[in-house]
Amino acid sequence: MRHDIEMRVNGERRSIDVLPREVLLDVLRTRLGVKSPKVGCERGDCGACTVLLDGTSVRSCLVLAVEVDGHEITTVEGIEHDGLTAVQEALIEQSSFQCGFCAPGIVVAAAELVAGTPHPTTEEVREAISGNLCRCTGYDSIVDAVVAATRSAAHVGDRP
Amino acid sequence: MTELHHVGSRAPRIDGLDKVTGAARFVDDLEFGPDLLHAAVVESPHAHARIIDIDTSTAEAMPGVVKVVTGRDFPFTFGLYMKDRYVFAQDRVRFVGEQVAAVVARDPAAARRAARAVNVTYQTLHAVLDPEEALEDETTLLHPGLGEYPHVPWFFPHGGTNVAHWRKTRKGDVDAGFAAADVILEDTYRVPRYAHCAIEPHVVVAEQDHAGRLTVWSASQSPYIQRDLFAQALAPLGLSHHDIRVITPYVGGGFGGKAGVTMEIIGAALATAVKGHPVKLRWSREQEFYNTYQRQGLVARIKVGARSDGTITALEHELHWDAGAYVEYGANVVNAAGLSATGPYRIPNVSIDSLCIYTNLPPGGPYRGFGYSEFHFGLESHMTRLARELAIDPVEFRRINAIGEGDELPYGAAMNPSGLIEAIDRTAAAIDWGETEVSPDPRKRIGKGFSLFWKAPAMPPNASSASFLKFNEDGSINITVSGMEIGQGYLTAMAQIAGEVLAVPPSRIRVETPDTDRNPYEWQTVASHITWSCGNAVQGAAVEARDRIIETVHAARGYEEGTLYLEDEMVKCETDPDFRLPLRDFVVGGLEMEDGTWRGGPIVGSGSFMPDFASAQSDPETSQGGHPNVHYTVGAAGVVLEIDIETGKMKVLRAALAVDVGKAINPTTVEGQIVGGMLQGLATVLYEDMRFDDEGRLLNPNFTDYKIPTSLDTPVRVIPIIVEVPQPDGPFGARGVGEHTMIPAAPMVANAVADATGLRITSMPITAEKVAMALLEPV
Repeated sequence: MRHDIEMRVNGERRSIDVLPREVLLDVLRTRLGVKSPKVGCERGDCGACTVLLDGTSVRSCLVLAVEVDGHEITTVEGIEHDGLTAVQEALIEQSSFQCGFCAPGIVVAAAELVAGTPHPTTEEVREAISGNLCRCTGYDSIVDAVVAATRSAAHVGDRP
Repeated sequence: MTELHHVGSRAPRIDGLDKVTGAARFVDDLEFGPDLLHAAVVESPHAHARIIDIDTSTAEAMPGVVKVVTGRDFPFTFGLYMKDRYVFAQDRVRFVGEQVAAVVARDPAAARRAARAVNVTYQTLHAVLDPEEALEDETTLLHPGLGEYPHVPWFFPHGGTNVAHWRKTRKGDVDAGFAAADVILEDTYRVPRYAHCAIEPHVVVAEQDHAGRLTVWSASQSPYIQRDLFAQALAPLGLSHHDIRVITPYVGGGFGGKAGVTMEIIGAALATAVKGHPVKLRWSREQEFYNTYQRQGLVARIKVGARSDGTITALEHELHWDAGAYVEYGANVVNAAGLSATGPYRIPNVSIDSLCIYTNLPPGGPYRGFGYSEFHFGLESHMTRLARELAIDPVEFRRINAIGEGDELPYGAAMNPSGLIEAIDRTAAAIDWGETEVSPDPRKRIGKGFSLFWKAPAMPPNASSASFLKFNEDGSINITVSGMEIGQGYLTAMAQIAGEVLAVPPSRIRVETPDTDRNPYEWQTVASHITWSCGNAVQGAAVEARDRIIETVHAARGYEEGTLYLEDEMVKCETDPDFRLPLRDFVVGGLEMEDGTWRGGPIVGSGSFMPDFASAQSDPETSQGGHPNVHYTVGAAGVVLEIDIETGKMKVLRAALAVDVGKAINPTTVEGQIVGGMLQGLATVLYEDMRFDDEGRLLNPNFTDYKIPTSLDTPVRVIPIIVEVPQPDGPFGARGVGEHTMIPAAPMVANAVADATGLRITSMPITAEKVAMALLEPV
């Protein structure tokens, strides 16, 4: 039994029919061609599939597609659609990522943080990305870049 | 080359934009259209069993199923250093999770459903799960055919036993060395198995088209090794290198787990069974834990003697490796340790036995550190203990015995240039070694631990690299190589090396990920060797291109070649300060002469590199006579560790690591290796280990039960220290650094626990639970 759902994905209205068991991650990747959320564990442990659901980060491998009917989904592609955010620029400038597989999820988690907390502390950044596993970097390079990007008084938060 | 502009700079990674925007494509992100088929494997539920029968009839009749294959369809062996592994199990299975059959179906769910419907009848056999038992047990032979498996000439399998390889290193007179010692210390150390935990699982897509061409897209560190091993294994099907193409886009972490060939052979084989259709196989996180390489377990007996002045006189090191069911790659881990298990010390009398022992656990293989992470735990714990027994400061003890340039290595060759003493001194200073720190909290004690480390690339003596380079119309550059960007910053390092030679900023250089049809040869991205090896190849390609540029300008403009040089994307002349010719003006279109004819043409360069001094030929009884390792990278690390004596909970207050990289091509990415490798190493000692039940089943194949560090589990402060004593044969003096930073973490923590509490823990991991329980025991 298929269900028609409608959601906004990165600002664009998308209509699709899904089976009740289909998870959001698979629908985004294989049905809608949005590839930035990654398949890492399929059980909510690694955070590589993190997206924003109405501005709040969720693990898209744990969300059923039928649940997002009428809601708004934002991935890294939607976060940067007016150009790179200050956080992204700092992550590039400081060579924060290594293999980069976790990067889309971490950029999304960081965007959620700075939307509500424009000048986060190191501890707040660590807390915000603590659900996103990274095996390469030891995290410091990522945390430092997010803090550096948001330190200036002018920074008013990256729009999620 | 006096002043460097790009080598040694903190140039931002050239792949940063791709990764931060989500533009980076990994294998799982590639599109193959509506004809893409999906595979699922049938796995052994037994650690050791004979296969009596496989009934695929039910599965074949299920909706969506395209093909079911078993070992009967692919009776082929494969392997990197020894051909002891099967594409699909043949007459028996040797570990829980081993692939017995596979289903190809129209969608992943149909494939999984049908795989569950394949009915396999087994007769279980006694499983040996412990290397010591496997060594003693003469009735349970995992590989009765061991004596017949083809292998590299530097392996010494013992047919009729479970010992797949025995590396013996003998130097000097060990008995005399111990007789001359004032103190002798002997103990046994245990290291469990570990998982790499790259966040990207293994994935392969393969297609054999109707013309017979086999293309494989894989998440791999080793595109050329994969092509080679596919060609070898599938030769009976008429395939050779010419017919096979391996494409490897960005890889989401490797750490050795994506080296060589593991599950990719299944995808390649399945493609030949469903010609004309691409087939995808993606490991689940669980499979990622139990059916790829695991870091091998180790039981190490160490005996070291020293004089009262601190001079080490002799070392005996017996390493028994739990190598798992297949050792085609893991036996070389054993080999590497067997050549170098002295650590970075000058020891005149040495006896090392490193035994690769088959067990009915998943195949062991390469993991960052390649045997060195494993044996350093015991060895560096032991060195601190020996120093304490001698009443010599453990750092001073290491200074006394540190190996230096020209000193004799365990196998007889001479040690390369090294900044080990500088690394020791700077690390000791960074953690205020010698100063006692006291926590204001009475429940907490603070200890300090120290460890040295060394590691050489373990590779065939003729492992080589190559590079092509071309200029574009705008003066930008494309470089093709076949090393893999697995996160270490390799693409950026190559761009910096070429940019240095050609005076082009790295941001204007693209370095392309491998495609074996287009990118030139690379052995594989392992062993921390590609900055050195492929860096030499890229430097060679850049020099060739530079020579072409100079020749062209000389031919067209008449300046003497010796007066021309490159700077700021221009050709300049020492004798004519007004001459400034931008590269973009001629590197593709050439230079016009007065008569309207043209000189030059598209500027390209190629380079290749193979060390001409390495040799694997040596006496099998002593390992003397060869030169198996191209160079060692050395360093030191120290930790300030706080321990809650009620809960055992540990907090790394400060950790410092100094490594002699020869020349840091990019200090930022070197520091990235230090900080990231340090945490990966700390995780092996503080949190992780693989737990198996008594039937060989892995109990914690997921991130809920096998906990890797989050952003909240990092040291309070990591101090990266770069030492630069140039490697004469490295590009701009560079030598490898990727793996080394993980190696000292475990012993330095063990030494810090002992310093803080008096507890000497000789088995990894050293979890809060283990510390708390040990503190409860009456002394």
